[in-house]
Amino acid sequence: MTLGAIGFATPWLLWALLTLPVLWLVLRAVPPAPVRRRFPGVALLLGLRDEDSVSDRTPWWLLLLRMLAVAAAIVGLAGPVLNPRDAGGAARNTPLLIVVEDSWAAARDWQAQRDVIDGALSEAARDGRTAALMRLSAPERPVFRAADDLRSRLPGLMPEPWRARPETYAEAAALLPEGGIETRWFSDGLAGDGREALLAALEARGPVVVHESARPVLALAPPVLDEGMVALRAIRAGAGGALDITIAAHGRDPAGAARVLARLPLGFAGAEATGRLSLPPELRARIDRFEIEGARHAGAVSLSGDGLRRREVGLVAGRADREGLELLSPLYYLRKALAPNADLIEGALLDLLPANPDAVVLADVATLSEAEDSALRDWVEAGGVLVRFAGPRLAASDVSRGQEAALMPVRLRAGGRTVGGAMSWGAPKTLAPFPDDSPFRGLAIPEDVAVTAQVLAQPDPTLAERVIAQLGDGTPLVTRKRLGAGQVVLFHVTANAEWSSLPLSGLFVQMLERLALSSVQAAPAEAELAGTVWQPVQVLDGFGRLIEAGTRAGVAGERLLDGTLGPDLLPGIYQGPERRVARNVIGPETGLAAATWPARVPIEGLARAPETPLGGWLLALALVLMLGDIFAALAVSGRLWRGGVTAAVLVALVALAPHAARAQAGDDARAIEATSETVLAHVLTGDRAVDDAARAGLRGLGRVLSFRTSVEPAAPIGVDLERDDIAFYPMLYWPVTQTQPIPSAEAYARLNDYLRSGGLILFDTRDADIAGYGAASPNGARLQRLAAPLDIPPLEPVPEDHVLTRTFYLLNDFPGRHMGRAVWVEAAPPDAARVEGMPFRDLNDGVTPVVIGGNDWAAAWAVTERGDPMFPVGRGFTGERQREMAYRFGVNLVMHVLTGNYKSDQVHVPALLERLGQ
Amino acid sequence: MAQTDAPLRARAEAETERLPPLLARADRLARTVIMGEHGRRRAGTGDDFWQYRPVQPGDARGAIDWRRSARSDAQFVRQREWKQAQSVMLWVDPAASMRFASHKDLPEKADRARLLALAVSLLLERGGERVGMTGTALPPRCGAAQIARIAEALMSESGEDHAAPDMTGLVPHGRALLISDFLGDPAPLRAALVAAADRGVRGVLCHVLDPAEEAFPYRGRTIFQSMAGTMQHETLRADDLRARYLDRLAARKDALASLAAATGWQYGCHHTDSGAQSALLWLYRAISEGGAGA
Repeated sequence: MTLGAIGFATPWLLWALLTLPVLWLVLRAVPPAPVRRRFPGVALLLGLRDEDSVSDRTPWWLLLLRMLAVAAAIVGLAGPVLNPRDAGGAARNTPLLIVVEDSWAAARDWQAQRDVIDGALSEAARDGRTAALMRLSAPERPVFRAADDLRSRLPGLMPEPWRARPETYAEAAALLPEGGIETRWFSDGLAGDGREALLAALEARGPVVVHESARPVLALAPPVLDEGMVALRAIRAGAGGALDITIAAHGRDPAGAARVLARLPLGFAGAEATGRLSLPPELRARIDRFEIEGARHAGAVSLSGDGLRRREVGLVAGRADREGLELLSPLYYLRKALAPNADLIEGALLDLLPANPDAVVLADVATLSEAEDSALRDWVEAGGVLVRFAGPRLAASDVSRGQEAALMPVRLRAGGRTVGGAMSWGAPKTLAPFPDDSPFRGLAIPEDVAVTAQVLAQPDPTLAERVIAQLGDGTPLVTRKRLGAGQVVLFHVTANAEWSSLPLSGLFVQMLERLALSSVQAAPAEAELAGTVWQPVQVLDGFGRLIEAGTRAGVAGERLLDGTLGPDLLPGIYQGPERRVARNVIGPETGLAAATWPARVPIEGLARAPETPLGGWLLALALVLMLGDIFAALAVSGRLWRGGVTAAVLVALVALAPHAARAQAGDDARAIEATSETVLAHVLTGDRAVDDAARAGLRGLGRVLSFRTSVEPAAPIGVDLERDDIAFYPMLYWPVTQTQPIPSAEAYARLNDYLRSGGLILFDTRDADIAGYGAASPNGARLQRLAAPLDIPPLEPVPEDHVLTRTFYLLNDFPGRHMGRAVWVEAAPPDAARVEGMPFRDLNDGVTPVVIGGNDWAAAWAVTERGDPMFPVGRGFTGERQREMAYRFGVNLVMHVLTGNYKSDQVHVPALLERLGQ
Repeated sequence: MAQTDAPLRARAEAETERLPPLLARADRLARTVIMGEHGRRRAGTGDDFWQYRPVQPGDARGAIDWRRSARSDAQFVRQREWKQAQSVMLWVDPAASMRFASHKDLPEKADRARLLALAVSLLLERGGERVGMTGTALPPRCGAAQIARIAEALMSESGEDHAAPDMTGLVPHGRALLISDFLGDPAPLRAALVAAADRGVRGVLCHVLDPAEEAFPYRGRTIFQSMAGTMQHETLRADDLRARYLDRLAARKDALASLAAATGWQYGCHHTDSGAQSALLWLYRAISEGGAGA
């Protein structure tokens, strides 16, 4: 039974709701429990009878509360379910076939689709039906098995970056088993030819329900360069309302990190949205792909391949341009041919090369300096294309004459030749058809192209394979040599129209294009693709993510651009012999059409609210209401506050929960407090008086430090060794008391870490009687026990040249409240010796981890909040002097902790100065 | 025995702790009443001079005031004002019904009753009267020590719901002060008052009530229990009972007032939510002047 979006598992239980009015009457009839009251005047009441035998009725709100509780319990037990799965056809026991069009278009709502499939499968599992899944990207014979088993395989179901071919539907229909099948068809939302055949076959076997996402399929056509701007066109299946999308251009920034280089907002009005993106060529050249933001499928990604790149071509002419004779300039025709599609750089060769152009054209440049030669050769070997044109200078020079120059494809004969001139016999030569292995193969040769002069190649054994274009008489016109990763191409004619009419023809432009001098916007011609094999570099998956192609097989050039996408031809970037080509899901002419289904087929969306059982919530509500009823009944009978224990328990429950959180927050606040400023810390001994004195002492020392030095400590902090992290504090003052508990092993581990990482602990037995006598005093004995597990190096009384005696003040002794005996610090290494002429030994590096004494320094330092000394020190002026010395010891100690052996190094300064002077 | 000793001692100490505050409060209350010794306005035994009168036959020669007589020819006898020390007997209801306070801010009736009794005792003692407790335990005496004994005696409590006044040990023609809520059976009180009147004892009935007992602010189904738990009354609608309860209470007050009038006593009603001072003033006046029939 369903009621709106709520269904009930056991609807007959709802009949119990009819008992509610009865309950209402009963509850009204039964009076609430009487209030018991102490009342001395009861003697006056004795014998009085109630005039009205009907009791005070239960308050209406209490009645309502109880009715609600009972109603909630009844409804909760009836098992309400929000958005129940269709339970109408519960009797179905036919196998369930799930047909998935797992194309890129389905990727846009893949998660939702998978959830719905999962829901359908779990429902089938509940009904004990078998299920099978058929992917239309690669149909296989469906194998029906337990639905739960199939469910466990769902996470592996991924969309493919291609769509089913028309014949696939027929194949799938042929694979269907006989017998009744209930089908759920998850459409990708796009029209597909041949789908009717499969639909008819499925309908013949049982009911078919189509699930289709309501979101439109958006796709991005390949970008086109148009007047220097990138024209972008997004299409969608079917029309619809206005829709705004953003197209992101992904690429690598100059640092090589992948990021979005540009964004272009587009607005759909009809089926198409177009826009232009104006980008500087450098930026444009770095774009890898365009993507509709948020679409997340392969159709929304358009790889740009080499298509958007403009080549940078360096032009170098051999002779200075003669003023006014532009048409005779050797670069004029090159500029005209290259400028529309390439970025031209002109200048001196050595200035060009650092810009790393894709190609360099040398027009009639004969000799190169040694530096130019080597730089150019390195550049070519690294993949550059060097195109040279002949000319009078080259013909007159000795370049590549007796021996082939590295940057020339062939050896040249001296002088060259002139044919068909005024003084010669014979007609100008025309071009022979391009050989098959030439990059120019297939180009149509205009008849009016004639060559009147050329440089001639020496007939070498390698000449034949280097010729890529020749004249009708078999003399080479264009020769090419591979050099490292690059190539050197020589046109045996000039780059202007002096020697031939080639630069005047369209063939010249095409030849330059074939040499990849200019970027090729158009797809590679079929002739270029024929017979080649293109290797995938990166391919797209169904979600439009680029993944490395790995060892996928190459694709024949004929199929690359026109073949239907499939498992053997994935969209992606393909590497060919000369260039890279991008194969996109959406081609320039591809259109999208929304799927249309016959009216008889029910279509459901994917946005289905999950099934939510409400019974638990309602039962919990009933419990809460009943709990409320307890309190209300107690309140009505006046006994709520007499049961103060209940209230106390409740209050305790409420108060207990946030306690842990507060402790946590407290730890963090403490750490921040301890690290945001320099904080002096003392160990909490548990003896209140000692702790207070230590705190006041560090406060007084902190004031002195703030007044006299650049160290300005914050208020001191007491540290509980068991609980607190001590790593934040540069120095710990540890007053030793007899009653102090021995810290735990964990606390000692932390203390040892602290000591090893440069911390300092100042032990103070406060009895002026430690040094030399050890355990003579109770505090000394306690100190021995406290310090035994600590990792403390050998100690010695502070030697008179210890750095502690001069880190800030020059000190001889270290009095506190007591004029104590020696103070102990880490012993100097045994080999420490005084250098000749130095006042101090070159002592150990670093900070002594412990300072042990008994002079009760904290008491001498201690001041009240107002700054008055808390404890007397000595007598009169001498005492004040002693207090001052105690402060100076504290300052020295803190300086020692914070600056280490800096003052030890200072003693080297005279020696250094002396050495530098000589 | 050790187990019972300790609680007993503890209780005793707790009780004695309450004494000084009660004494202090009573003393403070009593100080608000300025008073002097009340002379009898006639010659008698006393310290204060009253008048000289001519010697009459029968006067002892030693009674002649020679200094006065020397100024004239006649002989005079110096007479002093007659001062009479009265005996005032107190009775404060020790029953459980007095230990009731309808609100935590209000004192218990017993507390107020003790305070009033002790304050009156203080005033009377300062006035030179003899104060005692009814019954045989504490006969009327003068002096500060008597106040302490009275304060101690006032602390006694009874477990019963209502108590009848103990009228033994009354000094004939003395005064008596009965403080109670008078919610119990009126018959013993009537008998006690008649017996007292027969002995020439007059006094004051101080009726102490809690405001809740006057207002009866209860509703709904209620079981009313007496303070000691011996009596209870269940009602389904307490608000229906209010009018009839108030009638009964008024009748009780009327009965007390008429009983007091018949026996020459004075009757006053005091509520614990009003100040103790006005009640004390009234009580003191009623006791000290009641003898004159005012």
